[in-house]
Amino acid sequence: MEVFASRSRLTLIFSLFVLLSLCFRSSTSLSSSTSELQILTAERRIDLVSHIIRVVLTLKVQNDGASPASNVLLAFPPAQVKHLALIQAAELAGKKRKKSVHPLDVKPSNDADGPNGAKLYSISLRNPLSTGSSVSIEVSYVLTQSLEPFPVEISQSESQLVLYRDSALILSPYEIKQQTTVLRTPSTKVESFTRVEPSTQTRTELKYGPYEDKPSFSYVPVLVHFENNNPFAVVEELVREIEISHWGNLQITEHYTVVHNGAKHKGGFSRVDYQSRPTFSGASSFKHLLVKLPPRVHSVYYRDNIGNISTSHLRTSYSKSELEIEPRYPLLGGWKATFIIGYGLPLEDVLFESDDGKRYLNFTFGCPIAETLVNKITNKVVLPEGSKNPSVVIPFSVERRAETSYSYLDIVGRPVVVLEKENVVPEHNSLFQVYYDFHPMFMLAEPLMLTSVFFFLFVAALAYIHMDISIKK
Amino acid sequence: MAVPVDSLTKQTPASSTLRFAFGNVLAFFILLLIGVLAFSIRLFSVIKYESVIHEFDPYFNYRVTQFLTKNGIYDFWNWFDDRTWYPLGRVIGGTVYPGLTLTAGTIWKVLQSLNIPLSVETVCVFTAPVFSAFAAWATYLLTKEVKGTGAGLTAAVLLAMVPSYISRSVAGSYDNEAVAIFALIFTFYLYIKTLNTGSLFYATLNSISYFYMVCSWGGYTFIINLIPMHVLLCIVTGRYSSRLYVAYAPLVVLGTLLAALVPVVGFNAVMTSEHFASFLVFIVIHVVALAYYIKGMLSPKMFKVAATLVVSVGLVVCCAVVAVLVAVVASSPTKGWSGRSLSLLDPTYASKYIPIIASVSEHQPPTWPSYFMDLNVLAFLVPAGIIACFTPLSDASSFVILYLVMSVYFSGVMVRLMLVLAPAACIMSGIALSEAFDVFTRSIKFYITNLTEYLQIDAGDSLPGNNVSPQNDVLKNEKKEDALKERPSRKNKKKEKEIIEKPSVKSKTEKRPLVLPVEASFFALFLTVLLGGFYVVHSVWAAAEAYSAPSIVLTSHSHDGLHVFDDFREAYAWLSHNTEVDDKVASWWDYGYQTTAMANRTVIVDNNTWNNTHIATVGTAMSSPEKAAWDIFNSLDVKYVLVVFGGLVGYPSDDINKFLWMVRIGGGVFPHIKEPDYLRDGQYRIDSQATPTMLNSLMYKLSYFRFVETDGGKGYDRVRRTEIGKKHFKLTHFEEVFTTHHWMVRIYKLKPQRNRIRGKTKKSKSKTSSTTPRSGAMKKNPWH
Repeated sequence: MEVFASRSRLTLIFSLFVLLSLCFRSSTSLSSSTSELQILTAERRIDLVSHIIRVVLTLKVQNDGASPASNVLLAFPPAQVKHLALIQAAELAGKKRKKSVHPLDVKPSNDADGPNGAKLYSISLRNPLSTGSSVSIEVSYVLTQSLEPFPVEISQSESQLVLYRDSALILSPYEIKQQTTVLRTPSTKVESFTRVEPSTQTRTELKYGPYEDKPSFSYVPVLVHFENNNPFAVVEELVREIEISHWGNLQITEHYTVVHNGAKHKGGFSRVDYQSRPTFSGASSFKHLLVKLPPRVHSVYYRDNIGNISTSHLRTSYSKSELEIEPRYPLLGGWKATFIIGYGLPLEDVLFESDDGKRYLNFTFGCPIAETLVNKITNKVVLPEGSKNPSVVIPFSVERRAETSYSYLDIVGRPVVVLEKENVVPEHNSLFQVYYDFHPMFMLAEPLMLTSVFFFLFVAALAYIHMDISIKK
Repeated sequence: MAVPVDSLTKQTPASSTLRFAFGNVLAFFILLLIGVLAFSIRLFSVIKYESVIHEFDPYFNYRVTQFLTKNGIYDFWNWFDDRTWYPLGRVIGGTVYPGLTLTAGTIWKVLQSLNIPLSVETVCVFTAPVFSAFAAWATYLLTKEVKGTGAGLTAAVLLAMVPSYISRSVAGSYDNEAVAIFALIFTFYLYIKTLNTGSLFYATLNSISYFYMVCSWGGYTFIINLIPMHVLLCIVTGRYSSRLYVAYAPLVVLGTLLAALVPVVGFNAVMTSEHFASFLVFIVIHVVALAYYIKGMLSPKMFKVAATLVVSVGLVVCCAVVAVLVAVVASSPTKGWSGRSLSLLDPTYASKYIPIIASVSEHQPPTWPSYFMDLNVLAFLVPAGIIACFTPLSDASSFVILYLVMSVYFSGVMVRLMLVLAPAACIMSGIALSEAFDVFTRSIKFYITNLTEYLQIDAGDSLPGNNVSPQNDVLKNEKKEDALKERPSRKNKKKEKEIIEKPSVKSKTEKRPLVLPVEASFFALFLTVLLGGFYVVHSVWAAAEAYSAPSIVLTSHSHDGLHVFDDFREAYAWLSHNTEVDDKVASWWDYGYQTTAMANRTVIVDNNTWNNTHIATVGTAMSSPEKAAWDIFNSLDVKYVLVVFGGLVGYPSDDINKFLWMVRIGGGVFPHIKEPDYLRDGQYRIDSQATPTMLNSLMYKLSYFRFVETDGGKGYDRVRRTEIGKKHFKLTHFEEVFTTHHWMVRIYKLKPQRNRIRGKTKKSKSKTSSTTPRSGAMKKNPWH
């Protein structure tokens, strides 16, 4: 009760504050706003450290219109939409100490595109924003493949430089009163960046802004050219087979095609340089990948289609397992490697029975390798033979297909739920559920079949021995 | 082995049939265990290393099997492989022995139809162990035909773990020999079976088994020469019978027809001299059969007249036929014999004339230690087995003796053929051991029965003298033998034959079987078991340590634990993922099969050394200076050159150590490559004393490029145990594109041709003219 009281008091104070600010705003610039909503402050932080770009956009939105607004629109330039892997929004409520976060729904908007093909996304608010009130929204989104290596080809001794293109101003369908954009680079080595005053560089941060009173859909392209030697590990294709056996095991087999997606390697590869001067030679290459596996994994293997790969370490602990793998050779720019990781999990960790008698698998969706982008992931959940009515619960949109696979003396085959998704980032490593009906009798089908085969074999042998089928007596 | 040991004292007829059935069940389970033993002793490679295809040839077989399972049998027969022997290619379907591939492909297909999802690789890896279990069972059958169940079981157990056979059939060693040894023994078994029964059914089976052998291995010529020899032996020693005819004639007719169906053999089955012996004996056996037939019809006097007539006419005809044959055969350059067969007859042939055959270590004659290593105690048991085979000498046992003698000869020629000797040695030793056990247990049995009898007599007559020697017992208890003598005969002979042979057995056993003093028997029994124990220990050691390394991944034990050298696969994986699909890779032929199978890249030469000139071209390029080598490789569209280098980690079988063979083979075709140019005073060296030709050769440069930087300016080669001769040099026509972690494989790319520079047209013109006509450029010697 006390908590509730304090919260309601907080809300009251907050709304009062909003009201006050609204009054202030409306008194200063009433005519400039054509949209119903306007953004009071906007702060954008772009993290360029890895090859997966994470952007956090904090908006304070105010409703200036006459009617309450239930949606807030976001705009993205068409070049970014292609690389947009994930977008999430949350409403921030409360002040510093008692801040609470409420996730919000984000969908591509049905409205027409903005000028120059800008795509709109709409955030559905929890409560419609009444006239004059304001709300703080935190939008985080992930961009992939937006760092363009320049020069495109580098030799072994050079370090990798990349270009990042964006706008100094936040693209928005609304007028923005005040905004800043901060870009974080992996090192202090920034070759160049477009200056849009005021813009400053302090160590690893580039700051654009603050800019005041920019109209809707304002766009000032900027180009940042900086050093990024972090591994650009991209899994071109990942096929995961998740096979449920009701005898107590979940077997996962993951087929990877990994490529170094940074600047292409040019010229020869010298092992002498690579071994003796690891910091300067092949700086952008990577040798290790870290695979984060669930705890209690067993029978882990790491191989490719020509055999076992002997360079890997598995560390298991109570809360997690970490598999550190090395591909057969270090991956320089543009080099590819394929490998397979397989492991088993005790079934009781991942398979549960729901209240209505259905069973469900609760498992992670994405790629377990840390900090990698997956261009295309295919999760194949192989249900046991005889299971029926599979249904999937998953927090984001995927393409779903059904297949049948045959294994170990199957007759009717096992239903396979195939879930496909493109452009998958580590943020997609959330749990998904596959519900299905299964009768335990089916577990006995194969043992019974085998026993009967052997039984008939012995009966036939008995009959053959005791019968005389020769013609002559 | 266990069956004769457990035989006990006299029984009533009812209990004896029960015991007989019990013995059969016991034999069955022993056989089952032998199969398990044969399979599991070959799994050390999987346990110690991994489930992977081994070495070189198995990779080719694996690749062919993959093609077969993917594209089906018809595409397999018509497969023209353009990824090897570039630009010539190779007709795989017509040049491989398809038996192994078809076997594994069929196993895979059957498993697949049962929805057992084993990969082709897994099936290939475990084909050899499975077939060695079959081979052990076939050995049992064969030896049983010769000397009875006891000898059969002993021979099977010996074969299950004979090191020589293990060396060729560990899990992953997916080679022709893996199935061929089974086929060989089984063919011999069916031949003996036909010889013993005279049944046409077994004769047909024999032909089919021979067909399988022809499909599987080029060693089928051993069968088709050995069996005629035995037939001839039987005829000469007056052992001709209709059973011999039934055993031989269908084999030649059906077998040759079936053999001609295998594309790789084809008309060779009637055209090459390896098969002529069988046809000659075929004629001889018919003549002999006719003679016997006529002899039966005519009176002895008439027969003598007829014989002289026929012999004189026959001699004339024979001379004519032989003359024609000699003329035909002599017209072919190798006299109708293939190089490998010739090196069988004349061990020095290969090293004299064909360096490519001599360069393979398994074609060298074996050393004495290798006999001990591969056969162990069998080498000592074999003579005892031969003696046992002579008492009594039957058709079957004479065959086994002949088999042994021939295989001993051939194993002395080529170390690889030790494999053919192994089954013969196992059979002989099995017979020897079984006979020895028979004698020892019989002596002990006598002692026990006499002892009990004495005790009974003691109770009645109170006769003193407990320390009577067993010899006296024998003399005293001669009547007892009648009761006992049926035991060994029933055990050793087949049921049907028992009735026929009973009189002869009786007459033999009445001659008093050999009985030794009981102390000696116990001691000898103990020694024999100890001998067997040594054999087991040695075999397990050989299987675990000596023969289980897959050779594509190497391990070494150092003070800080196990170290794995997986450089070959690192290089092949790099090639397969980071080069264009149609790029051509040049390397010495040893790595051809692996490159095509693991990296899926086109190679210039591979382990199927069918074109000597092509191999010589690569050898020449490797022995030439950079520029000339670049020209040769460029004319072959080569983009990458792969060399194996062990100098950093001390891997001895690298390309520098094989380099002299490249020089020899290259020099054999292109005379400007001269072996003495690479040797300093007849010594092969790479240190500062090495010849300039050696230090400028492509192989030297590619192996040691920037090697000196690894150990701070010394350039110490750990294989040759010396500092290298030329330390600092640059490559002008090649570029290092990949070197594996331990430097064992180095891959270089041919630099693209330089742009023409204005004003130097004259020079570049001469350059292009020298590169385009390939042979002309190579026959010339621009750097001397």
